[in-house]
Amino acid sequence: MISILRRLHNDQLSGLMLLAVGVFAAWQNLGYPLGTLQEPGPGYTPLLLAIFMAVMGLLIAVRGRTSPTLSDTPWPEAKRAVVIMIACAVAIYALEPIGYRITIGALLIFFLGVVERRHPLTVATVAVGFSMGTYYLLAVLLRVPLPRGSWGI
Amino acid sequence: MLGFQVALDPKILVYAFAGCLIGTLVGMLPGLGPLAGISLLLPATFGLNPIIAMVLLGGVYYGAMYGGSTTSILMRIPGEAASVMTCIDGYAMTQRGRAGAALAISAIGSFVAGTLGVVGLMLLAPTLAAFALRFGPPEYTALLVMGFFILAYMSGGSMLKTLAMAGFGLMLGMIGIDAMSGYTRFSFNVLALADGVGIVPVAVGLFGVSEILLVAGQGGGPEIKRPKLRELMPSREELRLSVGPIARGSFIGFMIGIIPGSAHIISSFVSYGIERRISKHPERFGQGAIEGVAGPESANNAAATGAFVPMMALGIPTGPVTAVMLAAVMVHGISPGPMLIQQQPELFWGFVASMYIGNTVLLILNLPMVGLFVNLLRIPYSYLYPCILCFCIVGVYSVSNSVVDVWIMLVMGGIGYVLRKLGYDLAPVALGLVLAPMLELSLRQSLAMSAGDYMIFLQRPIALTMLILGVVLLLLGLKPLLTKGKDWRASLDVIKE
Repeated sequence: MISILRRLHNDQLSGLMLLAVGVFAAWQNLGYPLGTLQEPGPGYTPLLLAIFMAVMGLLIAVRGRTSPTLSDTPWPEAKRAVVIMIACAVAIYALEPIGYRITIGALLIFFLGVVERRHPLTVATVAVGFSMGTYYLLAVLLRVPLPRGSWGI
Repeated sequence: MLGFQVALDPKILVYAFAGCLIGTLVGMLPGLGPLAGISLLLPATFGLNPIIAMVLLGGVYYGAMYGGSTTSILMRIPGEAASVMTCIDGYAMTQRGRAGAALAISAIGSFVAGTLGVVGLMLLAPTLAAFALRFGPPEYTALLVMGFFILAYMSGGSMLKTLAMAGFGLMLGMIGIDAMSGYTRFSFNVLALADGVGIVPVAVGLFGVSEILLVAGQGGGPEIKRPKLRELMPSREELRLSVGPIARGSFIGFMIGIIPGSAHIISSFVSYGIERRISKHPERFGQGAIEGVAGPESANNAAATGAFVPMMALGIPTGPVTAVMLAAVMVHGISPGPMLIQQQPELFWGFVASMYIGNTVLLILNLPMVGLFVNLLRIPYSYLYPCILCFCIVGVYSVSNSVVDVWIMLVMGGIGYVLRKLGYDLAPVALGLVLAPMLELSLRQSLAMSAGDYMIFLQRPIALTMLILGVVLLLLGLKPLLTKGKDWRASLDVIKE
């Protein structure tokens, strides 16, 4: 499976992905009334768009042989990108239960201390300074409601 | 005069200055473009009156346009996408010891273009608004369809990919409650999705988060050269060579800015290509030609102003930035559209006058203070990107206090990262999302008006003209695919860059 993927060209893969999205949208759209031409229903425009996307995806895939193959495309930053995504996902999950200041402080400690391996004192200063400073600026001065968590911090 | 009465109010002046300053800083930071900056400030404008909100956000927008050029010239890193073309000759000038002159010409060109753009906005927007009163649903449908075709034709990449991305954006715009029937579509039982997908999480994800995912962990940045104040004066020859490109860039940028799409990006590409083509010494381009800085910088600033014409006159955003600004106005119960100028003259003219003032502020900010701003770029990116990510999270969350929006931002960041690696332009996604409700509503209203007859689009002269123009451009764009001929952009030597 992986060897087939590696031999695929970039545009072939992305075209097939778009085709899949179009087909999925069309399938989901079956649940909504299409209406008539005189009075189009809620499913009318999404169906047109799903067909449009599927056709575009197919054309991109068909013409995709001239693009570089997946194995030729370097992804040196992919591992770091996945780590960043996972860390952000955990932070988003924790944002409301434990509040803005702790979540953002912990996220910065993770990025600067664990991922970037900076000096602990610098990490602590940036994490505390940023989370407290932005909270004061946004929540206190600009009155933007930020989550305070179940402990009210 | 009404505009200047409004704009010269000390409170408005302070906000205009703050907007320009924030915009300049935002434009300089890689990963934070004008859109991310405006999105982050949006919740803070809810408590302000609509004129101040527009002045502040407008200042951030054109401030970011100016700021983006500094990093392009000094570090070969475009602070925002429209400054990509400035990197080529701007950085080459820096290497030749002419960084100061490049920054000065960039600031002067941006000032001239921005000011001319405001004159254009002042003259064109009221006329267009009066004309737009003749628009019905078929005309709006045709206008939006034409906009997508123009976007596909003008964009730097593959036409098929641009159209596919526009389709993807339109599809995202279908999520949520259908305004005409009340049906909830594609919400997958997530209650928050019934309200639809907002432009802010999608745009911050696609442009901000994906940029960080691409750049983070790629080591330290290049060496930064700090220009001295006395080096800022361009030579007489450099000034002479810049006059034409600034004038042409201003005109091209403004005209392209009016069209829906990522106008400021396209305009700088087109301007660079044209300057190179008409130059008697095209071989100088890429080696530090001042025309390669003056033209694109003027064009992207004029386009930023031109984008306000359809926004103010028709209530149609030409891109994600103007869409967020429209949202800021709508929060205050003001409906943008052809009647805005008549019903809210102080808002329109105050905003226009504040742009004159903003351009002057930016000239003052950008030239003498460039050395100061450059210090910001000395912060290592390993410190900068975690803070930018945190700003993205808090900015998106605070728009509607929704964690679902932050999840959408993260997912769109991942999708944007993969799509950019695979060579897709993401601006059409944001544009499609913004225009989807308007396109769907006008299409369905048109069909209801004509009892289901698509010929209505061909029977109304304005709609027909716009559709013909769109189809002609579509066919011109498809020509290279069918005949394996050269693309028009290749003839301008832009694609290779």
